[in-house]
Amino acid sequence: MAKRIDADNLNIYYGKFLAVSDCSFTIAPRSVTAFIGPSGCGKSTVLRTLNRLHEVIAGAYVEGKVLLDGDNIYDNRVDPVDVRRTIGMVFQRPNPFPTMSIYDNVAAGLKLNSGRMKRSELDGVVERSLRGANLWEEVKDRLKRPGAGLSGGQQQRLCIARAIAVEPQVLLMDEPCSALDPISTLAIEDLIQTLKETYTIVIVTHNMQQAARVSERTAFFNLSGLGKPGQLVEMDDTEKIFSNPTDPRTEGYISGRFG
Amino acid sequence: MSAVAPAVLSTSHVARKAKNQLATVLVTLAFGIALIPLVWLLWTVVSKGWHAITRNGWFTKPVGTRTYRDPGGGAWHAILGTLEQVALCSLIAVPISVMVGIYLVEYGRGPLARAATFMVDILSGVPSIVAALFIYAVFVTTFHGQRGGWLVSLALVLLMIPVIVRTTEEMLKLVPNELREASYALGVPKWKTVTRITVPTALTGIITGVVLGIARVAGETAPILILVGYTDNVNGNLFSNGYQASLPGMINAQVANIGANRSFTGQPIHNYALDRMWGAALTLIIIVMALNLIARLIGRHTKFMY
Repeated sequence: MAKRIDADNLNIYYGKFLAVSDCSFTIAPRSVTAFIGPSGCGKSTVLRTLNRLHEVIAGAYVEGKVLLDGDNIYDNRVDPVDVRRTIGMVFQRPNPFPTMSIYDNVAAGLKLNSGRMKRSELDGVVERSLRGANLWEEVKDRLKRPGAGLSGGQQQRLCIARAIAVEPQVLLMDEPCSALDPISTLAIEDLIQTLKETYTIVIVTHNMQQAARVSERTAFFNLSGLGKPGQLVEMDDTEKIFSNPTDPRTEGYISGRFG
Repeated sequence: MSAVAPAVLSTSHVARKAKNQLATVLVTLAFGIALIPLVWLLWTVVSKGWHAITRNGWFTKPVGTRTYRDPGGGAWHAILGTLEQVALCSLIAVPISVMVGIYLVEYGRGPLARAATFMVDILSGVPSIVAALFIYAVFVTTFHGQRGGWLVSLALVLLMIPVIVRTTEEMLKLVPNELREASYALGVPKWKTVTRITVPTALTGIITGVVLGIARVAGETAPILILVGYTDNVNGNLFSNGYQASLPGMINAQVANIGANRSFTGQPIHNYALDRMWGAALTLIIIVMALNLIARLIGRHTKFMY
């Protein structure tokens, strides 16, 4: 069920501004890939092109291809809505729907997309997703309570449950722990280790220790200067990136000389 | 050394405290001053109108043929007229305004949206009498129609639209973009994101906007005077050619009915028209407040789940 991603010569624009230039990489199925780099280098932008979410910003567009198991998600015949059903996303700040209960938050993707579903079936999906997000034990007695009433870490796991409830092939995470305390962060990182057995995971993080802890592959993005487009400097096995990177800029960044 | 430092600290401390106190007093005073006219108005209307509306038949009888010297009579004809006119107006204006608001925030880009925003701005500055004259010019002068309650509703639509569009826009803008993106990321199409995520999140505010719009038009007098006139009798047909009563119309008619306060023999006369005028004013306030209350109850029911 997990799929492989190939990005091929991506140029990402916001209007006339070229935000990321000439970016190519491959992400293996059932693996965790971390995107690291200084602020503004385009790592979140690249992540958002993987599910065509950057398009919701007026004037944003992409040149190049993103292949999902060989199918170009930027093909003219492809509906971005279908892409997003296949590739789920978790955001920087936990964003459960404020008008919905915990149960409805998890069921939101299914309820809004496929319309009618048997109650028992939906119950099963909700429980499975909450278990998958390691939240079931904490909320099983208060599924009808508002999702926004949970703690930040629980909300973020609720958002992960919501994302995996629609059974995506790929899970994108945009700095999922940056708004959380160390204990909640640990809970999410443990969860990532379990999730990677089922999903292809791409995680953007500012925290290099986190990248080293959770990922098998790491991509380092950088800006060559202010106002210049971001670019992929190198991508390699995480161990190699953090011990013996090929590019001197990567070494400069991970050893704390800039960024 | 250690004796100097606390002294310096304490003087600045005192000065800051004094400034803080002064600011607090000024703000509280301003609040009190702003409250005076409101309380005064409410007190005047309630104290003078209470007697009239608690009288038997106020909510069931019209004024009928009573003059200022005759006691009794009610506001039923006026309440019916106002409720009908405002209901027809809301029926037309609320869906249009809410949808325009949604369009402007969720979809509006480019010249059409700019034109719509501009028009709403212009419309919100149009005096009610101009809106009334416009409707008169179109339906009576140009198409030779008859005056009627439904024309009042149309004029009120013009006044209601900008109020509701504005609040709907403001409320939708308050919905965090992260919620829309979270919905898109689940593969929910845009129209469903708008109807099932964005609008429900902003619903309480949108309902408040609708009530504000109703409150804005319920007391309008110019459209009534120009487009339907006033009668002391019950006319429940918005589309009839005759006059139709309304609460602002009744207030106006009762004021116009005030005669001499002494008879020609020098006896003081109790002016019953004045009682009915205050009663009508109080009734109008009660109706608007009741709508407000109902809207709040609906709003509470659909509130954010915090």
